[in-house]
Amino acid sequence: MMASLMSKPRGAQTIPVSFIVNGKAYELEVEPHELLLDVIRDRLGLTGAKRSCDVEVCGACTLLLDGRPVSACTLPAFEARGRQVQTIEGLAENGKLHPLQQAFIEHGGFQCGFCTPGMILAAKAMLEENPDPTEEQIKHFMHGNICRCTGYKKIIESILAAAKKMRAPLSAKRKS
Amino acid sequence: MLRRFRLEEPETVQEASQLLARHGEAARIYAGGTELLLVMKEGLAHYERLVNVKKIPHLDEVKLTDGFVSIGALSTHRQLLFSPVVRRHLPAFAGMEANVANIRVREVGTIGGNLCFAEPHADPGTLLLALGAKVIAAKNTGQREILIEKFFVDAYETCLEPDELLTEIRVPRLPARSGVAYLKFGYLERPSVGVALFLSLDGNGKSVGDARIAVGCVGPTARRIQEAESLLEGKSVDEASRLIAEAGAAAARASQAISDLHGSQDYKEHIVGVLLKRAFRQAVEQCRQRVEG
Ligand SMILES: Cc1cc2nc3c(=O)[nH]c(=O)nc-3n(C[C@H](O)[C@H](O)[C@H](O)COP(=O)(O)OP(=O)(O)OC[C@H]3O[C@@H](n4cnc5c(N)ncnc54)[C@H](O)[C@@H]3O)c2cc1C
Ligand code: FES
Ligand code: FES
Repeated sequence: MMASLMSKPRGAQTIPVSFIVNGKAYELEVEPHELLLDVIRDRLGLTGAKRSCDVEVCGACTLLLDGRPVSACTLPAFEARGRQVQTIEGLAENGKLHPLQQAFIEHGGFQCGFCTPGMILAAKAMLEENPDPTEEQIKHFMHGNICRCTGYKKIIESILAAAKKMRAPLSAKRKS
Repeated sequence: MLRRFRLEEPETVQEASQLLARHGEAARIYAGGTELLLVMKEGLAHYERLVNVKKIPHLDEVKLTDGFVSIGALSTHRQLLFSPVVRRHLPAFAGMEANVANIRVREVGTIGGNLCFAEPHADPGTLLLALGAKVIAAKNTGQREILIEKFFVDAYETCLEPDELLTEIRVPRLPARSGVAYLKFGYLERPSVGVALFLSLDGNGKSVGDARIAVGCVGPTARRIQEAESLLEGKSVDEASRLIAEAGAAAARASQAISDLHGSQDYKEHIVGVLLKRAFRQAVEQCRQRVEG
């Protein structure tokens, strides 16, 4: 952690980055080559997002930037200037798990859990644009998030269950 | 690990071009970075300076003009997938974009970056060949229009000059009684074979007017296959559908398929034929709908 905070050579270019992470405002100086994943993990101590493939294939490093999923392993931190970053740590509210988190627990959507933060954040982005996805639509949207443990069936069930729960207040509102 | 580089953030095409001219091989354009940063992280290339072009206004616009759909080079795959103009006027293009890469790459990667990197296993170039597209390259002193056929020179090589930016892609609007299909196949992260077909029917709707066939991913660059096109042009739709296997064989022969991780030459050539047959059925169906509708 200290290394990335302190090892700035004299004369290195720095870029001011003010951004909001999980609702909290931060102001940092980053060098152009610093990756968002490292800044979030090493400087902010939010270690939910994982580095795995490092080549934008697996989705373990997924973060939401203004609500949209990105591979933080290959995105320079300066891209977060003026934007909202969401990590898995900011998903629960007032000690209450997000419906996706709850559903992954209830429906066995994870085993080792390594892929889970990325899965849940990607699923959140999907449900925001499509609150009632079919299984096919879930597979299409989520195919870039790889899980080595579950075989995906339980993940899809978890997402379907969460989607249903998240729609419930909507349809209740519509009825009233 | 990504080594240090300096970031430049020009606000006009001219400034960007001047930076490229001034720094030569030491500088590269950075758009989404989804290809460039991978190459740099893996140590395959190092550039001292990246020129972030995302602050240049209007380069991500999609517009409908009289003759063509104008696509800004900085449009991301996701933007194009959701663009009402693309969906309405180039549905096959929107369909292709829905299946490029994964959701995170589609969010960040641009169409310009895709074309300029000229990675052989890519989708848009093949479809743009069948659509008869042109691209606009701009530099400090002006701009030029390039036929997409001339744009791809070799694997990872385009005809852009070092200080030129790709700014726009121009896709001619589809005539009535026409259809376009793009089909791909692959089991690795990127496609192994891509086949695109544009077809128009002549006045009475019974025979093939223009055909444009392109094959991508199998060799160093996507290519138009005129040998296969001329087999179909001027034929009745029935005759053309009898000739489609022959056209597929011609397309496969001319595609310059090579054996690699994605499959052997034979295998890829076979799939070219299969996909062309399917593309033909889809395109004819679309032509007919447009005739009737
Ligand atoms: C995991 C993965 C899977 C993928 N799967 C597919 C797939 O299935 N099909 C497919 O087609 N593609 C696929 N891609 C490629 C993807 O489409 C490209 O990575 C993306 O479009 C590149 O855009 P970018 O803006 O990130 O380019 P950058 O990385 O920013 O740039 C790429 C290159 O183009 C140059 N450049 C960029 N913009 C311009 C410009 N306007 N003018 C001149 N030069 C420019 C840069 O200097 C650099 O050399 C995949 C990529 C990844 C990482
Ligand atoms: S670690 Fe970023 S996509 Fe795999
Ligand atoms: S639960 Fe182990 S990788 Fe998905």
